[in-house]
Amino acid sequence: MTDTIKTDVLIVGAGPVGLFAVFELGLFDMKCHLIDILDRPGGQCAELYPEKPIYDIPGWPLITAQGLVDKLLEQIHPFKPEFTFNRMVSSLEKLEDGSFRVTTDENEVFEAKVVVIAAGGGSFQPKRPPIPGIEAYEGKSVFYSVRRMEEFRGHDLVIVGGGDSALDWTLNLQPVAKSVTLVHRRPEFRAAPDSVNKMFAMQEMKELNFQVGQVSGLTGADGQLSSATIKGPDGDVEVPCTRMLPFFGLTMKLGPIAEWGLNLHENLIPVDTEKFQTSVPGIFAIGDINWYPGKLKLILSGFHEVALMAQAAKRIVSPGERIVFQYTTSSTSLQKKLGVHD
Amino acid sequence: MTKLTFIANDGTQFDVDAENGSTVMENAIRNAVPGIEAECGGACACATCHVYVDEGWTAEVGEPEAMEEDMLDFAYDVQPNSRLSCQIKVRDALDGLVVRVPARQG
Repeated sequence: MTDTIKTDVLIVGAGPVGLFAVFELGLFDMKCHLIDILDRPGGQCAELYPEKPIYDIPGWPLITAQGLVDKLLEQIHPFKPEFTFNRMVSSLEKLEDGSFRVTTDENEVFEAKVVVIAAGGGSFQPKRPPIPGIEAYEGKSVFYSVRRMEEFRGHDLVIVGGGDSALDWTLNLQPVAKSVTLVHRRPEFRAAPDSVNKMFAMQEMKELNFQVGQVSGLTGADGQLSSATIKGPDGDVEVPCTRMLPFFGLTMKLGPIAEWGLNLHENLIPVDTEKFQTSVPGIFAIGDINWYPGKLKLILSGFHEVALMAQAAKRIVSPGERIVFQYTTSSTSLQKKLGVHD
Repeated sequence: MTKLTFIANDGTQFDVDAENGSTVMENAIRNAVPGIEAECGGACACATCHVYVDEGWTAEVGEPEAMEEDMLDFAYDVQPNSRLSCQIKVRDALDGLVVRVPARQG
């Protein structure tokens, strides 16, 4: 049982808007802890379109999505935010003193006076491939990620996909599994050429199988796979297997947020436009996840929302303390927090 | 106007008039053809506007480019005549084009 981590503000989601929240909250001396399902900050910008140029960030005629994330990380660095990656927030409960307890899917516990939901389009989760009946095997013999390689030892493994995840795991699990069959729709891959070459070399040496085709069906019982039907260019092939790892990319899902007792409006969280607070006092929602009349799903809109949210959050974290409006250009105390003169 | 025909998975036929320059997907959505989802709105980022091009039209419609091929990896029951309809631009030479909608999208 790990210790409870206490912080001022718990931010769900480390995309661009969650990151900028650290800045505005930091100017008011609030410490932040961010939780994200990805293994790094940046949300959709880092995961979906890091190289794509964005043209509508104020002050930047052109900036790449990853470039924006890097700049935001630089901007919030003085406030030393803490990050917990590879985790989804599973539950959120209000405690007797009005603060919140947040639990992750690995049972880590956080307590904070304020929770800011910056979940964007939802958390990135593996996309379920279009294979009929696959749900019956999920979690028992079909997996979408590898937590421990040892769990595949001695199994006849089928890996489906054409990207880096599929190729990397094919190469990593080949020494561990009893047999590995990589299945891809075509002999061309999206993965790094070096990995693809290694895979073909191992196929030449008969150390693994590569089957061109698409998985059209699964056979098994009680969630345990016994074989997969691969529809290939020359007809159907039956591949005996006891484990399958399909890598079909990531999709965004609202997930546990739907269960936290917040008012929802078509999978978005309605907020007021003075504080961007949800239907539960102390819980705020910023960025693409929120909704209000006139809402635009733009990063710049999220930035604006952060500034107003921070004022309201301060009143909760430091009740009674006088909030003085200051400009970063002229306030020596703000500049000191930013380390301007160091 | 260029005529397009969509054959839904249950066999229902939709004959629509399409403007040159628009995409086959846009015309499916505009005419409420069932079974074409186009989740990403035409950005070649989702594979849910997948169609089968009628055998007689595959030569004229042409093959997918690399980006579309990458996305077709995520589609259901991809065949040699599969295309993502958001990547097929309507033009005079496609007058009378027939496409079939797959049983499911993803």
